[in-house]
Amino acid sequence: MAVSTESIQKNIKGKTTETSIDEKKIVYDTKNLNLWYGEDQALRDINLKIAENEVTAIIGPSGCGKSTYLKTLNRMVELIPVVRTSGEILYRGKNIFDKSYKVEALRTNVGMVFQKPNPFPKSIYDNIAYGPRVHGIRDKKILDEIVEKSLRGAAIWNEVKDRLKENAYGMSGGQQQRLCIARCLAIEPDVILMDEPTSALDPISTLKVEELIQQLKKDYSIIIVTHNMQQAARISDKTAFFLSGEVIEFSETSKMFSNPEKKETEDYITGRFG
Amino acid sequence: MDNEQNRDLKVREMIQQNKQNVSLNSVTEKLMPRFLFVVAIISIITTIGIVITLLTETVHFFRDVSFAEFFTGTELSPLGSDAEFGILPLVTGTIISSTIAMFVAIPIGLMSAIFLSEYASEGVRRTLKPLLEVLAGIPTIVYGFFAFTFVTPLLRTIIPGLEPTNILSPGLVMGVMIIPMIASLSEDAMSSVPNAMREGALALGATKLETTWRVVIPAAMSGIVASFVLGISRAIGETMIVTIASGSSKNFTFDVTQSMQTMTAYIVEVTGGEAPAGSTLYYSLYAVAMTLFVFTLIMNLIAQYISKRFREGY
Amino acid sequence: MKYVDSAQVQKNMGGRLRTNQIMKILFLISTLIGLVVLVVLFYRVLADGLGWINMNFLTNRLSVDADRAGIMGAILGTLWLMLVVAPVTMFLGIGTAIYLEEYAKKGRFQSFIQTNIANLAGVPSIVFGILGLTVFVRGMGLGNIVLAGGLTMALLVLPIVVVASQEALRSVPQFLREASYGMGATKWQTIKKVVLPAAIPGILTGVILALSRAVGETAPLTVIGIPALLIPFPDSILDKFTVLPMQIYYWTIDSALVAEYSNLAAATIVILLLILLIMNSIAVIIRNKFQKRY
Repeated sequence: MAVSTESIQKNIKGKTTETSIDEKKIVYDTKNLNLWYGEDQALRDINLKIAENEVTAIIGPSGCGKSTYLKTLNRMVELIPVVRTSGEILYRGKNIFDKSYKVEALRTNVGMVFQKPNPFPKSIYDNIAYGPRVHGIRDKKILDEIVEKSLRGAAIWNEVKDRLKENAYGMSGGQQQRLCIARCLAIEPDVILMDEPTSALDPISTLKVEELIQQLKKDYSIIIVTHNMQQAARISDKTAFFLSGEVIEFSETSKMFSNPEKKETEDYITGRFG
Repeated sequence: MDNEQNRDLKVREMIQQNKQNVSLNSVTEKLMPRFLFVVAIISIITTIGIVITLLTETVHFFRDVSFAEFFTGTELSPLGSDAEFGILPLVTGTIISSTIAMFVAIPIGLMSAIFLSEYASEGVRRTLKPLLEVLAGIPTIVYGFFAFTFVTPLLRTIIPGLEPTNILSPGLVMGVMIIPMIASLSEDAMSSVPNAMREGALALGATKLETTWRVVIPAAMSGIVASFVLGISRAIGETMIVTIASGSSKNFTFDVTQSMQTMTAYIVEVTGGEAPAGSTLYYSLYAVAMTLFVFTLIMNLIAQYISKRFREGY
Repeated sequence: MKYVDSAQVQKNMGGRLRTNQIMKILFLISTLIGLVVLVVLFYRVLADGLGWINMNFLTNRLSVDADRAGIMGAILGTLWLMLVVAPVTMFLGIGTAIYLEEYAKKGRFQSFIQTNIANLAGVPSIVFGILGLTVFVRGMGLGNIVLAGGLTMALLVLPIVVVASQEALRSVPQFLREASYGMGATKWQTIKKVVLPAAIPGILTGVILALSRAVGETAPLTVIGIPALLIPFPDSILDKFTVLPMQIYYWTIDSALVAEYSNLAAATIVILLLILLIMNSIAVIIRNKFQKRY
């Protein structure tokens, strides 16, 4: 008797939380995340919910932990041997720190675009086909299709369709970055993490990538770290402001930039520090 | 996105399916590090193999010959009924040939390094250094031939008392062989001295020579010394030049015009003569090899120690 | 009061600069000494040997008769030897390097292996010969065949391959690994498909240098025991064999008896140096063609 009441209550609770977030689905739910590099704590008690098919921007001064947080979302941060974490990150309801959770499976669903374009020293085609091949897709016809689709998706198909066999290092920086986005799209991720993807690009290339992000939003959930506040304001739906490893404020981008709740946020946005 | 891209391509599903089918991947993933670990261990097994091989047979040797006789005996006559097994003739042969070699290699190598690092323009450096390294790439057997058929006859016209096989000629040629090693390592050490240190001296009006002598060389000292030690180690372990050009007389002498045998040349002679396994002669091979191994190991450890300190420099 | 007397400094300056100039010339001469020896050596070898190189010399079997002696057997022996050395040393060397660079945790054990490899590189080649004699020739009962010599040589040049491969792996930028992991690739997939292909030019250069060392190496083989006059050609890795450096050795020490042997030795040296030149050119071409592109 008592047991059933409890379970009913749980159900009710579950339902209320789900409906309270704008009826949008949650991709990533970070709960009480702490992270240390050796002795130094880089992230403190992070709680963030990231919604599907939105662009979430993470801003903050350098060293605030925004890149670390992004790399924690696909556990790339663990490539540094001295990293320790506590708390949990639920991706689609499952804790990614669980022992049974395969990090490769996570990274297959969560693509990443890096600060500096990092194509492989292979042909454009092989760069795109890398992911699908790694995941066991060998059929040449299917690969051809994936390559075309991904390059179109990254709005670079027309520029490179005649030189798919050429080395990716012959491309300009901006093209390389869009190639990397295309490479990421090739395995149809659910979420795309972008770590200051335009910081190494010229303004025109930056604009192209920003336009691309706007398009990708329809099919993907995007989390982008940027130190460029205008960029965050231009392209994101929600913005999180990080400072010294903590989330100071997380809200609708329009609200954050017009009417920030916290003084630190206002100081940062108005350029008083950072 | 236009229609063309919305074709039925369900990559994510295909990946999921593949994941379920392929368990091979995760097996490779688990086994690979262990497999490679085993491969990496082979280098250690090789070292252990060398030590055990030398040690066990050396123990046999010292059942027949006392430590005292081996390490203090000045007579080596391994054949015949009253065989004597004193290693000193081989040790002096080794030390003398190495010393001659270092008399050639150290000054010339170091001066070459100074020229390449401090005086030569980038273009000259990039032409001369690879040429010098060709010397290091020539097989030692070729140097042996050169010492025996060219240097010795040449020296004999200058030094009348020189025997057809002698320690001087292979010593000199060995020195030439080691020049690039010392030049290259010393040059590396000198090039890694920060330019700021040079500029400090030059700005005070020091000449290039004074800067090199008082600033660059002291700063690069440990790297330079390490190169000397490695050069010595190389000379001690060198085999073919001395085997060919110094003959097989087991003289206990310090006269460089005479034929002397080094430890390495002794090993070649004994193994080439098909010494019957189990004889004292056969075991003496291992005792000499052990001595040689210890000599070079100590040299290498010293060089490593010195250059490790050097790396912490700046 | 002035501590520095500028007049005196000016006066000394001429002498100091002259010393500098003199020493500069001395340093240059030192550098050239090595090269002069190199030129003399090449000249001697060519002068003695070039006239003896002809089709018969290259294709004949060995013979005590200097006019009929040929080095085909030694060339084949060298090739057979490399056929053992190359795969064994590549497998062990690259495997060890991958373990050390990609898998091993930085710590005591890793630095122990590293130190061990550095020391192994300094062990005189003749000691490797004794290892080969004791373990492969006698211990395993292989006898003085290609396989025994090849395994010995493979261990001898192993440190060269390990160190070169490690350097090549280390020079692969971390961001390429990150890109691969980011796609959900596993560690081994990343190594196999990204890291190794990017490192392969450097690794190959190291392998070729190691092989050219093995081609010219004599001492370990004298210990293993190579017949001085081996008439039959080797047909497999289980046959007895001789190699070019061994032939040079025998002809050189016997040149006191038969003067023409000295010419045969020189002619063989020309062939040996030619082979080494080709190998090193390939290494240089690989290195230049695949210069870092990141």
